[in-house]
Amino acid sequence: MGDSACFPRSAASVPATTVASRHSALTRVTHWITAVCFLALLVTGVEIVISHPRFYWGETGNVLTPPLFKLPIPSSRALVPTGYGYVLPDQNGWSRYLHFEAAWLVVLTGLLYTISGLVTGHLRKDLLPGRADLSWRTVSSEIACHLRFERPGEAETWSYNVLQRFAYLFVVFVAFPLIVWTGLAMSPAFVSAVPAAVTAFGGQQSARTIHFFVSIFLVLFLLVHIAMICRAGFKSRMRAMITGRAGVPKEHT
Amino acid sequence: MSDLSRRKLMKAGVATAAGLSGLGAAAAIAQRYGLVPPDHGGIYGLGETLTYASQRLLTRHSLAREFPRSQISARPVQNEIPSLNGEFKRLQAAGFADWRLRVDGMVARPATFSLSQLKSYPSRSQITQLACEEGWSYIAEWTGVPLSHVLDVVGIHPQARYVVYFSIDPDWWESIDMADALHPQTYLAHGMNGSELPVPNGGPLRVRLPRQLGYKSVKYITRLTVTDSLKGFGKGLGSASPEGGYAWYAGI
Repeated sequence: MGDSACFPRSAASVPATTVASRHSALTRVTHWITAVCFLALLVTGVEIVISHPRFYWGETGNVLTPPLFKLPIPSSRALVPTGYGYVLPDQNGWSRYLHFEAAWLVVLTGLLYTISGLVTGHLRKDLLPGRADLSWRTVSSEIACHLRFERPGEAETWSYNVLQRFAYLFVVFVAFPLIVWTGLAMSPAFVSAVPAAVTAFGGQQSARTIHFFVSIFLVLFLLVHIAMICRAGFKSRMRAMITGRAGVPKEHT
Repeated sequence: MSDLSRRKLMKAGVATAAGLSGLGAAAAIAQRYGLVPPDHGGIYGLGETLTYASQRLLTRHSLAREFPRSQISARPVQNEIPSLNGEFKRLQAAGFADWRLRVDGMVARPATFSLSQLKSYPSRSQITQLACEEGWSYIAEWTGVPLSHVLDVVGIHPQARYVVYFSIDPDWWESIDMADALHPQTYLAHGMNGSELPVPNGGPLRVRLPRQLGYKSVKYITRLTVTDSLKGFGKGLGSASPEGGYAWYAGI
């Protein structure tokens, strides 16, 4: 374990036993439901975008209006001028069915996680950075550790570091609500009842464009998340999130 | 078995029983109050039912956003027209003078309307957005007779629950519930941006349903049927869309 120069975090309290609960059952279950839903939303979202890979700003946009930008990919609809001589198979029907079903599941799961996180204190204890964590010295040395691609220390088997806390809080309380909101802003029936949901973004096409960028951000977050787990010890982190038990990871020698 | 695990097991059992009976009660209530869409079967049924039930509870009477004249799209999209059949071409050649809309089903006075009859009814206009499920959209001014007016003329039975509408293209038919059928912005549209409704946009007669995606605004309407059940139409999924893999309720 000697390769880590990263110091233990203030919030860290390493239990004496090597087999203790790292993540509560609720955290683990909601994590994996969210993971499956995100995968479904991503695949179906890509399929939906392919039917019109052009993005606009404002209220309306179509093949007769100039796009803000367009993706350099072929389309599943012949009407879209893509520069490609062929049309991809149309998968929009089941993609839309699954997109909205997965959205329901992930929203309900997210609500369960957030409410129980508030009630049990999980959000406050495990995600909100402690006072000591917020000093410039702690944050900058944590950034330096990350930039040197150092393996996380033993403390992080039990507690999140300050950058991790910021990242998770941002995903849970900014990116996730924003992608749900921009999604709802594209629903003609929902905005008939709540017009401010779409006018706040300047129009339905703006909401669609923001929805796309937030999904790109979430994909980048996922890639970094997986990379960090591999770096920290894939087996031990997966075991912690599946069984709840965190032991001394074997990979750390 | 220790006391603790027995208590846990009992708790879990009670919770499961409560959950299942809760789900059962919710399903019965949803059915009773018309919150279950006709395409509720299959693996996507749960998501569709949650969407449709929520929209019916939240948006039964809400009005689609209307826009100022300045926001009307300079060029309304005229997307691919299904290859219109010989019957359509014959009617088009005669300037649609013989176009007829038949209204039947659970109505007191089944009737057939010509375009000039429909145009003689008080017409209404709306500047609303047409959004396609693909992702594009445009804004236009639509003129027509509210569907509720035509339904008043024929007198719908109190047990009516859906209006099914058919295009002259035999593969294109849809249906809506009474909340949408009687909604003040649901039109049988015959005009667009101050002129006759162009054929590529659905002329001479299309449904205009601004609170749902474009594919519910069926073009070239020739028949309406009022019914209390969608079981007898096509495969019983409500419309041609679910048969082709698309959701029946397209308000999202």
